[in-house]
Amino acid sequence: MYQQQISELAAGLRAKKFSCQELTRQFLTRIKHLNPALNAFISVTETQAMAQAKAADVRLHNGDSSPLLGIPIAHKDIFCTDGVRTSCGSRMLDNFIAPYNATVVENLAQAGAIMLGKTNMDEFAMGSSSETSWYGQVRNPWNPNKVPGGSSGGSAAAVAAGLCTAATGTDTGGSIRQPAALCGITGLKPTYGRVSRFGMIAFASSLDQGGPMARSAKDAALLLQGMAGFDPRDSTCVDQPVPNYVAALDSDIKGLKIGLPKEYFGAGLNSQVANSVQIAIDIYRSLGATIYDISLPNTELVIPTYYVVASAECSSNLARFDGVRFGYRASEPKDIEDLFKRSRAEGFGAEVKRRIMIGTYVLSAGYYDAYYLQAQKVRRLIADDFSRAFTTVDVIMGPTSPTTAFNLGERTADPVSMYLSDIYTIAAPLAGLPAISIPAPYVDNLPVGLQIIGQSFAEAKLLSVAHQLQLVTDWHLKVPPGLE
Amino acid sequence: MPLTRTNVEKIAHLARLGITDKDTEIFTQELSLILNLAEQLLAVNTQNVAPMAHPLAMTQRLREDIVIESNLRDKFQTIAPATEDGLYLVPKVID
Repeated sequence: MYQQQISELAAGLRAKKFSCQELTRQFLTRIKHLNPALNAFISVTETQAMAQAKAADVRLHNGDSSPLLGIPIAHKDIFCTDGVRTSCGSRMLDNFIAPYNATVVENLAQAGAIMLGKTNMDEFAMGSSSETSWYGQVRNPWNPNKVPGGSSGGSAAAVAAGLCTAATGTDTGGSIRQPAALCGITGLKPTYGRVSRFGMIAFASSLDQGGPMARSAKDAALLLQGMAGFDPRDSTCVDQPVPNYVAALDSDIKGLKIGLPKEYFGAGLNSQVANSVQIAIDIYRSLGATIYDISLPNTELVIPTYYVVASAECSSNLARFDGVRFGYRASEPKDIEDLFKRSRAEGFGAEVKRRIMIGTYVLSAGYYDAYYLQAQKVRRLIADDFSRAFTTVDVIMGPTSPTTAFNLGERTADPVSMYLSDIYTIAAPLAGLPAISIPAPYVDNLPVGLQIIGQSFAEAKLLSVAHQLQLVTDWHLKVPPGLE
Repeated sequence: MPLTRTNVEKIAHLARLGITDKDTEIFTQELSLILNLAEQLLAVNTQNVAPMAHPLAMTQRLREDIVIESNLRDKFQTIAPATEDGLYLVPKVID
């Protein structure tokens, strides 16, 4: 049952093969056994999970047909959960018991999903390997010496290892898609504004977006259905009807126009990963899609643009952590400045500090125009590349990450080499576009992700395109050794 | 343009981030490398390009000016480092 999909578990619950309380107990036991090695969870919310399971059993008994009812999931520890520690992977929030629920958490609880716990992540979602967490690194279920990707590495590892059926993640520069790729699962970053950011701890507010991480495109569709929707509490949440994502899964691939950006298949891409992605694309061709060579000429500028824009927004957002109203406070401050400076010095880790410093620099007098304003202009050029491409193609495909999972510790000493691992995922959030990563053929027993980028609010299209591949392939059904 | 130690100390102060001498050393090197990456942007021709602050071409949504939230001060202050009579306590600011 650990590796089953949402619809299979839902059927089992309704056929009374097991109760939700039995199901939840089994997952909690599995987490207890397997989490010490993986470190995918920061907190396991056993009491709350069993209470939710009990309530779900009543709803099931009453014939409630909600598709997520009784399904065990996990939340990235960036989503506020009322009465439960919400750490964001940081010492700064180690003592932060959130006083309210994020809208995403609330929506999924209403839908009847069971929260098993909160997953590990790079500190404040800043990282691509889940190694910067105050709670220690997460390990990849496919190989414990490899990173699971990041920043939503705990969610990706938990789903891949069967510690939960699906999980929430957030994506600012690739933090859903890259760990999904490196752990062999399906992860969708929705269009900016599709999912409420209320109660989702802010990193870079013009980029951050929550989304589903699951075993299949169909499960991702079910989870997104539960997450998405207008929220008056988030002023950037779009007031637009949420389509029926599951109903849209069965669209035909015939006639689909797929663009392959030449910049996504050039230098820096591992040749085995390139082959793997090509095999998946050839299947689309055999299903009736037409392939077009396209160009996204500003691709080489996405990393510098991102690290200026995201760091600037981060330095502003993280100014709130000052040791006064909540979070970490340094002991015996000698004055207010010492309180601010030492609380932040002791509460934040190295990568967060680096980004706050860069962000502060590019926003400071004398550098604002040269760096920040210029990056915002280049961001427009990057977004325009996509607008142009979408006049000729329906979706854009390529690799999610240039390599398979890298070794633990391999890139921690060199921040720039870590940043370069996000080369293919950063453009979509800069342009605000939705993008999904789904499993492609494995390389040396490690997962590879195929990325599909779509036009604004084309989540239904992305999910159906992904689903059609998963109907004729079984890469998404592979299970890490020993975790069947 | 590589940063100097003085630059780094100034940035750290602006960010209200306490740093040690050793941190300053490391930051001076690391931040210079990252800024080196960012300098690619300086050569791009962006004449007549409007800055993109946000992916959505939308205006700020307004709502009626009515009370919709209740007062949760007590709940919020249960997680504060130090409070008294509903106030947040900090070291003395004015002598």
